[in-house]
Amino acid sequence: MDYLDKLEAQSIYIFREAYREFKHLAMLWSIGKDSTVLLHLARKAFFGHVPFPLIHIDTSFKIPEMIEYRNKLAKQLKLNLIVGQNKEALRTKQTFPDGNVDRITCCKLLKTEALKKTLSGNFVRYKFDHELGVFVEDPNKEAYTGVIVGVRADEEGSRSKERYFSPRDKNSDWDIGDQPPELWNQFKTEFAPNTHVRIHPLLDWTELNIWEYIDRENIPVVSLYFDNGNGKRYRSLGCYPCTFPIESTAKNVKEIIEELKSGKLKNIAERSGRAQDKDGGGTLEELRREGYM
Amino acid sequence: MKERMNIVVVGHVDHGKSTLIGRLLADTNSLPVGKLEQVKRNCELNAKPFEYAFLLDALIDEQSQGITIDTARVFFKTSKREYIIIDAPGHIEFLKNMISGAARAEAAILLIDAHEGIAENSKRHAYMLSLLGIKQIVVAINKMDLVNYSEDKFNEIKNEYSIFLKEIGIVPITYIPISARLGLNLIEHSDLMSWYTGKTILEIIDSFEKEIEEQDKDFRMFVQGVYKFTENGDNRRIIAGTINSGTINVGDEIIFLPSNKKSTVKTIEIFGKDSPLFAYAEQAIGITLTTQIYVKAGDLICRADQKLPFTTNRFRANIFWMGKNPLRMNNKYKLKIGTNKTGLSIEKIISVMNASNLESFTNQNEVHRNEVAQIIFKTDKPISFDLFNQIKSTGRFVIVDEYDIAGGGIIVEALEEEIKQETFNYSEFEKEFYQLVKKFFPHWEIKTAIE
Repeated sequence: MDYLDKLEAQSIYIFREAYREFKHLAMLWSIGKDSTVLLHLARKAFFGHVPFPLIHIDTSFKIPEMIEYRNKLAKQLKLNLIVGQNKEALRTKQTFPDGNVDRITCCKLLKTEALKKTLSGNFVRYKFDHELGVFVEDPNKEAYTGVIVGVRADEEGSRSKERYFSPRDKNSDWDIGDQPPELWNQFKTEFAPNTHVRIHPLLDWTELNIWEYIDRENIPVVSLYFDNGNGKRYRSLGCYPCTFPIESTAKNVKEIIEELKSGKLKNIAERSGRAQDKDGGGTLEELRREGYM
Repeated sequence: MKERMNIVVVGHVDHGKSTLIGRLLADTNSLPVGKLEQVKRNCELNAKPFEYAFLLDALIDEQSQGITIDTARVFFKTSKREYIIIDAPGHIEFLKNMISGAARAEAAILLIDAHEGIAENSKRHAYMLSLLGIKQIVVAINKMDLVNYSEDKFNEIKNEYSIFLKEIGIVPITYIPISARLGLNLIEHSDLMSWYTGKTILEIIDSFEKEIEEQDKDFRMFVQGVYKFTENGDNRRIIAGTINSGTINVGDEIIFLPSNKKSTVKTIEIFGKDSPLFAYAEQAIGITLTTQIYVKAGDLICRADQKLPFTTNRFRANIFWMGKNPLRMNNKYKLKIGTNKTGLSIEKIISVMNASNLESFTNQNEVHRNEVAQIIFKTDKPISFDLFNQIKSTGRFVIVDEYDIAGGGIIVEALEEEIKQETFNYSEFEKEFYQLVKKFFPHWEIKTAIE
């Protein structure tokens, strides 16, 4: 087995453990390359099926192509897609693009808060109805106790310290100084009421591994990752007011791999185009302690 | 073939583990552009001297306290292969984090401060490595700049430490004198220690050998789940798992343990692959059977033509304890081995040991946090397992106390099964009938609770 085979096998193991241990399991799907690989691995783990809902937190500021791609793939693969949103913050315009709050507060409201309350069932969940072809209110309000997330250890410092199964307390807080032991593929699957567990099947993957795997498995990804003629492409996807394309002429997966391996991106941090990481040291850790993915 | 290896760096607190990794990243140009400058700038702003460890100790609390709290995965590449280097915390309070990191490793660098010498966790960590079954260990004697690059000092520590390592059954590959802070003997040899002609850290890392996969051993696979997804007319009933050891072929007769049910492999299922005929260790697969029998997650699948594992409810194990509360006689715990779970209790605590000085105590009623012990366990139901020195992944287990994994152990001996005394009364007829069966059909090997 080469290292991509091993990464794949480990991710599948984690998926299957999660599926057996958590009755209320869901997977976060951000439309980006990592969660698209995650979706592919889920189908591998369950022999072509995805036996849990995918949750997308829609800030309403996502790049439009992302939403288009999301809906297309959901229809094509008949996915159980659930969308959550912080309607109240959007109604009262408590957002950075509206000029009323700073970037970090905007992230907290539109992502962290929306995620927390969508998982707990306090916010309305919109479910894609495959027969009607539209989103309808999901009658299921049960809290999800296991949430699969596509974070990787190489993305930034606090993620390098994560566990595959990472508990969150009832306020979704992450006790980073006292994480459970994790050894020999035995994970924390026993947990106290009102807590939930974040499950990280991609923890050992690097950005390069993700692209190598996309290449090997021929996984379609949203075209924003490629240069479509103007010498720019996105390396990491998010909300358009805070995510910027990079200068690059990589037009396909192979060219991206080349660029990461030996080209201009060899030693450039992946999230360099994400503005919310930059407001002071340890910002992403602070966001993550409170429940950000 | 593309390769990746996990290496852990262990040793006592402040002996320079994070510094070694940070320096290695910096000197091999493995850091993102601007990262080194950014960390240096932060240090200036906060008026503290720059340390390479800050490149790894990413958490806010870690930087403010100058200590590694949790194990970090660091990605690193040489011309030979890709590595995940695991930075393990050296403070006793974070031993469970050190174990979480080390349990993933195939090889280890054990760091000792030349100035301070062998410390408590230099020994305890070495012991944990031996318990975890990590065989490839190199000892790096760090901070040689603080002892004038003295060969005598190096040899003194080397001699003292090798006596200890020998006692716990570790033979290190080699000893290297280094200065992580100054980058000496990491990538290139240093003139300051011309007396040392062995390999550099980087050369050592590349010379670690990949663990031989457990393919040549008998087939074992824990059932992870039994799936029947009916969507899109799928009518397969798939038994899913990741192969622990050995190989399996379509047509093999297999046994599910401990239930002893038999069937034959009809198909091997791997999504995206067209009817594979065989599969081997570490692959995540599914199988379908020729007969429909009831099996469940936690069963151990073996091949009928190979040696079977032990099945019993009693065994002897070496364990380490990480729990907040001590491991106590008369308490109930949960055992997890592979995907199997069952209730667990202690029959006898044979000995409890302090892993840092090998002091051993008998007649103990509990095992405290960070201690190691030898224990005879009893499980509520019989379980199937191998001895750790035969097949690693089916010979080790964790102990769950309430909601948390609180201990880990390796099985060193299978003990005779204790047949539970049934409490109901047998009729005279049943007793006589049993005696007759025993007399005339001894080869049936019938065992009951009547006797």
